[in-house]
Amino acid sequence: MIRDITLGQYYPADSILHKLDPRVKLVATITFLVALFLINSWIGYLVATVFLVSVIRLSKVPFRFIVRGLKTIFIILLITLVFNLFLTPGDRVLVQIWKLKITDRGLHTAIFMAIRLIYLIIGSSLMTLTTTPNDLTDGLETLLGPLKKLHVPVHEVSMMMSIALRFIPILLEETDKIMKAQIARGADFEHGNLIQRAKNLVPLLVPLFISAFRRANDLAMAMEARCYRGGEGRTKMKPLIYTGKDYCAYGILLLFLAAIIAVRVLL
Amino acid sequence: MEERKEMITADKLAYNYIKYDEEGREKEKIRAVDGVSFEVEKGDFVAILGHNGSGKSTLAKHINALLTPSEGTLWVNGMDTSDEKNLWDVRQSAGMVFQNPDNQIIGTIVEEDVGFGPENMGVPTKEIWERVEESLKAVNMLKYRHHSPNKLSGGQKQRVAIAGVVAMHPKCIVLDEPTAMLDPNGRKEVIRAVRALNQVEEITVILITHYMEEVIYANKVLVMDDGKVVMQGTPREIFSQVETLKSYRLDVPQATLLAWELKQAGLDLPDGILTREELVEALCRLY
Ligand SMILES: Nc1ncnc2c1ncn2[C@@H]1O[C@H](COP(=O)(O)OP(=O)(O)OP(=O)(O)O)[C@@H](O)[C@H]1O
Ligand SMILES: [Mg+2]
Repeated sequence: MIRDITLGQYYPADSILHKLDPRVKLVATITFLVALFLINSWIGYLVATVFLVSVIRLSKVPFRFIVRGLKTIFIILLITLVFNLFLTPGDRVLVQIWKLKITDRGLHTAIFMAIRLIYLIIGSSLMTLTTTPNDLTDGLETLLGPLKKLHVPVHEVSMMMSIALRFIPILLEETDKIMKAQIARGADFEHGNLIQRAKNLVPLLVPLFISAFRRANDLAMAMEARCYRGGEGRTKMKPLIYTGKDYCAYGILLLFLAAIIAVRVLL
Repeated sequence: MEERKEMITADKLAYNYIKYDEEGREKEKIRAVDGVSFEVEKGDFVAILGHNGSGKSTLAKHINALLTPSEGTLWVNGMDTSDEKNLWDVRQSAGMVFQNPDNQIIGTIVEEDVGFGPENMGVPTKEIWERVEESLKAVNMLKYRHHSPNKLSGGQKQRVAIAGVVAMHPKCIVLDEPTAMLDPNGRKEVIRAVRALNQVEEITVILITHYMEEVIYANKVLVMDDGKVVMQGTPREIFSQVETLKSYRLDVPQATLLAWELKQAGLDLPDGILTREELVEALCRLY
């Protein structure tokens, strides 16, 4: 059933990481990404690796789910690797194939860059694997709360995101239904060249859009009928509250960042 | 404050939908509700009947202040709905349940959806949880509180929607064809939940429906045609006028229709038989 699809890539499990406040996880991910770009030595990478491996162990997410995210960036990874390897000028030439040279600096940069990209993807997948999309939007809304003073519509955007999360499965199911109805009437979505196929999509998109607008209209009315009037004066059923483990996590995060900076400055 | 007996009072209420052409001039005026007056008392169960396009939904949206009258006045729990400052109080006093369950559930988890109304009203967190629990219990959906609404049946979804309204502690609930998209089982579940709210919680209910079987639970029926209220009375009074109802293109409950036809054929049956049991009893008395 299409309705059963999970959006994002949340992997349900009972781990400390799953129970952490989404704000902690968001801040941790950003800190980790920043740390990756501060690193410039092998020792720095060692610190990052130890940190990442311990977090992966704590998350109880099977390793194959974690590396799945890497598939999508495989091509980018390859291109970066090749460009860095062959096009970085250096002092010592290690290998020379025709006009392409691999220098010591090139090898160095290529490997660093690859590790950086891989860690970056693993780090952010870990967050999405252990946090439901709803918690993520909630976390983002609270974290970005101060921007409301600058008239950034933080609440509105987060409300839009959670409504989208609810309606994407419904609209997907509807697409499926309309598609089957059109196929039963002789529509063809599979054959022909690109332009023909795009043209064939029109009878699918028109009813889908009409229905989506009707739903949006109904939903707006239902929300208004239930006293929705924007974020002001609104209370929360599930407010985000930091507990001991969240402070603990912030502490560990701070230590990690300090270690990375120390390695960079001292070595 | 004096205790008021009436929940809703409509006085010559009228509403025009106005269509504009490209230049913003008034092109067409549809008078969807046309000078309607009626009264609903606290604790009433009112059913509204009427052919498609007779203005039932338009009238219902007035009770929740989604629309305000073009002419006339509507008081809900003593508040004039045209008065801007009453808007949120009116919406809190008179909850509304719509036809399509998918398009009125906002939360991705049942309990979060039920909490949506109280959140909007600024109810403290602890009380929201209490309200969510008691409303889900009232519609017998407590064990589904952690489910995703997408995986519920139509009747269950509609009961979640009703719980979402109940959690706002309304005095009155307006249901606009809540059973139209449900199978017979789902319809029964929803009507059972609505009747329980009316009888146990003493919430005033206004039910718009096309199913005559649901009307017999009401203590008052309004029949609308072409924007006007053309008949008012108890279900028995209304359904004893089979021919008038037919002229408004409305059905009557099966038992009522059978009794009426038998009577046309010469049997000596009383008017306004509503249920099968009553019909059986009346027939037995004949022989
Ligand atoms: N948004 C709108 N804009 C213009 N005209 C409308 C609008 N909504 C309803 N109408 C018109 O107002 C009249 C009454 O409509 P309403 O929806 O109140 O009827 P109803 O009794 O609820 O019908 P149904 O049984 O089909 O739900 C109809 O003639 C309809 O075409
Ligand atoms: Mg209607």
